[in-house]
Amino acid sequence: MTKPLMSVKDLTIQFRTDEGIITTVNEISFDIAPGEVLGLVGESGSGKSVSAKALMRLNAGNAIYGPKSSIVLNLDDGPVDVLALRREKDMQVVRGGAVSMIFQEPMASFAPAISIGDQMVEQLLVHTNMSKKEAREHSIDMLARVGISEPSKRIDQYAFEFSGGMRQRAMIAMALSTSPKLLIADEPTTALDVTIQAQVIDLMKELVDEYGMGILFITHDLGVIAQTADRVAVMYLGNVIETGEVRDVIRHPSHPYTKGLLNAIPHLHDLDRPLTPVPGDIPSPLERPTGCVFHTRCAYAIPGKCDREIPSPNTMSPGHTSACFVAKEIHNNEAEAVA
Amino acid sequence: MTSSTHISVKDIGVHFTLGRRLIGKPPVLRAVDGVSLDIPKGCFFGLVGESGSGKTTLGRAMLKAVPITTGHIKYDDGDVQYDIATIGKDELKDYRSRAQLIFQDPYAALSPRMTVRDIIAEPLEVMGITKTREETDNRVREIAAKCRLNLEHLRRFPHAFSGGQRQRISIARALVCEPKFIVADESVAALDVSIQADILNLLKQLQQDMDITFLFISHDLSVVAHTCDHVAVMYLGRLVETAPTRSLFNAPRHPYTKALLSAIPSLDPDDAGRAQRLSGEIPSPANPPDGCRFHTRCPHAREKCKIDVPKWRQMADEHFVSCHYAEELAEASEPVPAG
Ligand SMILES: Nc1ncnc2c1ncn2[C@@H]1O[C@H](COP(=O)(O)OP(=O)(O)OP(=O)(O)O)[C@@H](O)[C@H]1O
Ligand SMILES: Nc1ncnc2c1ncn2[C@@H]1O[C@H](COP(=O)(O)OP(=O)(O)OP(=O)(O)O)[C@@H](O)[C@H]1O
Ligand code: SF4
Ligand SMILES: [Mg+2]
Ligand SMILES: [Mg+2]
Repeated sequence: MTKPLMSVKDLTIQFRTDEGIITTVNEISFDIAPGEVLGLVGESGSGKSVSAKALMRLNAGNAIYGPKSSIVLNLDDGPVDVLALRREKDMQVVRGGAVSMIFQEPMASFAPAISIGDQMVEQLLVHTNMSKKEAREHSIDMLARVGISEPSKRIDQYAFEFSGGMRQRAMIAMALSTSPKLLIADEPTTALDVTIQAQVIDLMKELVDEYGMGILFITHDLGVIAQTADRVAVMYLGNVIETGEVRDVIRHPSHPYTKGLLNAIPHLHDLDRPLTPVPGDIPSPLERPTGCVFHTRCAYAIPGKCDREIPSPNTMSPGHTSACFVAKEIHNNEAEAVA
Repeated sequence: MTSSTHISVKDIGVHFTLGRRLIGKPPVLRAVDGVSLDIPKGCFFGLVGESGSGKTTLGRAMLKAVPITTGHIKYDDGDVQYDIATIGKDELKDYRSRAQLIFQDPYAALSPRMTVRDIIAEPLEVMGITKTREETDNRVREIAAKCRLNLEHLRRFPHAFSGGQRQRISIARALVCEPKFIVADESVAALDVSIQADILNLLKQLQQDMDITFLFISHDLSVVAHTCDHVAVMYLGRLVETAPTRSLFNAPRHPYTKALLSAIPSLDPDDAGRAQRLSGEIPSPANPPDGCRFHTRCPHAREKCKIDVPKWRQMADEHFVSCHYAEELAEASEPVPAG
């Protein structure tokens, strides 16, 4: 068995706020192998982005990592204990060196007063041995590969002169230009039309095949997950509630939240079907539910059990687990909704 | 739809001058280049298209948030009538309370130094709609609850929120002064499909209850299909097709619209093959191709397409398209792929 590229264990992330300490990620674990694409989906606000930022140590100053948390990056010249990195200089390896990130907020990741090209070149000068001229040529080449027309002109423009989708593509080009070992892609294709999205996804897959790059792919688009990821992890309120191979999870969802999520997807072939959200209100982060985090909205919840005991991951098939007391029944389509 | 026209766009052009570093006449980028469309009152009007095709710019022109280079926009909500292209200062102030934007990028849109309460309250206070603080607070709490925001979050600053939470803050801010016309730019793109369904149901409900007219800009065709009454498709600054939603999705006439529909990623991991990849160069809006602007990527392009600009023609009831071979291609058309 090859060592995973990135190994996350019992990661807990809390934030100190005026209202007290809030837990946003609660003992989650996952591995990413070289050349593997792990999809991360889940509720908005469930902790996907803060987990991703933890891998690069980019969370705000009020973040607290739990004592058991561990993030290990296995590189050719040995493992890096990411959470133990103290000096800014040492963190370079996870910030554009071996690990590169495509951020959810494209506007925030380009400095407004510096041209796109200067930022791309600067990044290459820091992380590679390229000369300035090579860096510029490589940057133009990368912009062309993500479908920016006339890249040698566009490279000297500023972020505000690009449309939302072009900014996102420029950011993808910048993140991929250093050929990272691990790419963290947070909603990388949301702002793109589907024809260009397909092109960008093809490019990412090429780099996976070419360099064995691993990808943590965060998105709300389950179709994109189905077409790109090998495995998927589903998050709800800071917990990974289900994980497994993409086929298994999409065909046999085994957690009520995953089922609800799949049921909420709008389908083109059935326009008369009303859009069906997961019922109920999202709990406040200050008051995490006791027992199973999903019980306040779950149609299968067993009173007296789900609101008291915490379900541990149940194995459905090799690699496919669901943290739910009725996971087996849901997996086999035998469960009946109570509410 | 039988109701009256709320917004009538006539031959609108928005041109940006790309000046820097060039000698002689600066190049002009025609982000919107001669677009005409009518939006009936109370309509949920969808705008889809390539990224960079000018959707945001067109939406902003309708709100007088970018300088309009050519053409007219007639606004008539029953109470007032304006030509947005030539609107005066006092009238513009009134128009601002009638027409609102929900931003594409919630990160850039929210001021980091204001609490969520103040962000939502700002339009009310700036326009002097509410008289007392209590009245303002009530309006804010009401709309925040409708947008599924936790009331205890109102005292927080936006940096502490996830992408989806911020998007709901933007929506609440746009709705708080009960506008007549809303431009929603990628307003549900950052949400998980469950909250997305919830917000879309909310927007549809508000459209019916308050008779709001929406311009709904989105890359997600399934979402557009489920929510919009009428759809326009843009490519490189121009409209290529407009039709009632069902007509567009059941019988798309323009090759670009067809490519969009076939590139929607399938939820079935084993169904990758059907997507029709567009090849060919993505042209620059600063230097659009002659003839049909889509010809460099169109799988059906012939000699005529490189020379003659296709006319805007009616194909069916309220269904318009600009392609030389639309009739021919319509006959050869296959049904819509399963979403
Ligand atoms: N600096 C911070 N201080 C306090 N709370 C924070 C901070 N940063 C993030 N949070 C909270 O952490 C939670 C998780 O946020 P995160 O951005 O990871 O969500 P997400 O899963 O990426 O959601 P989305 O899909 O909407 O992007 C949210 O409730 C958010 O309010
Ligand atoms: N202030 C500006 N100065 C110069 N060019 C601009 C400016 N704003 C927009 N553009 C250009 O106008 C074109 C249309 O941009 P717009 O943002 O309207 O596209 P869009 O259809 O909304 O794209 P997306 O789907 O990516 O958001 C793009 O080529 C963009 O680079
Ligand atoms: S006019 Fe020609 S190039 Fe344009 S879309 Fe139609 S077939 Fe393609
Ligand atoms: Mg996020
Ligand atoms: Mg836009």
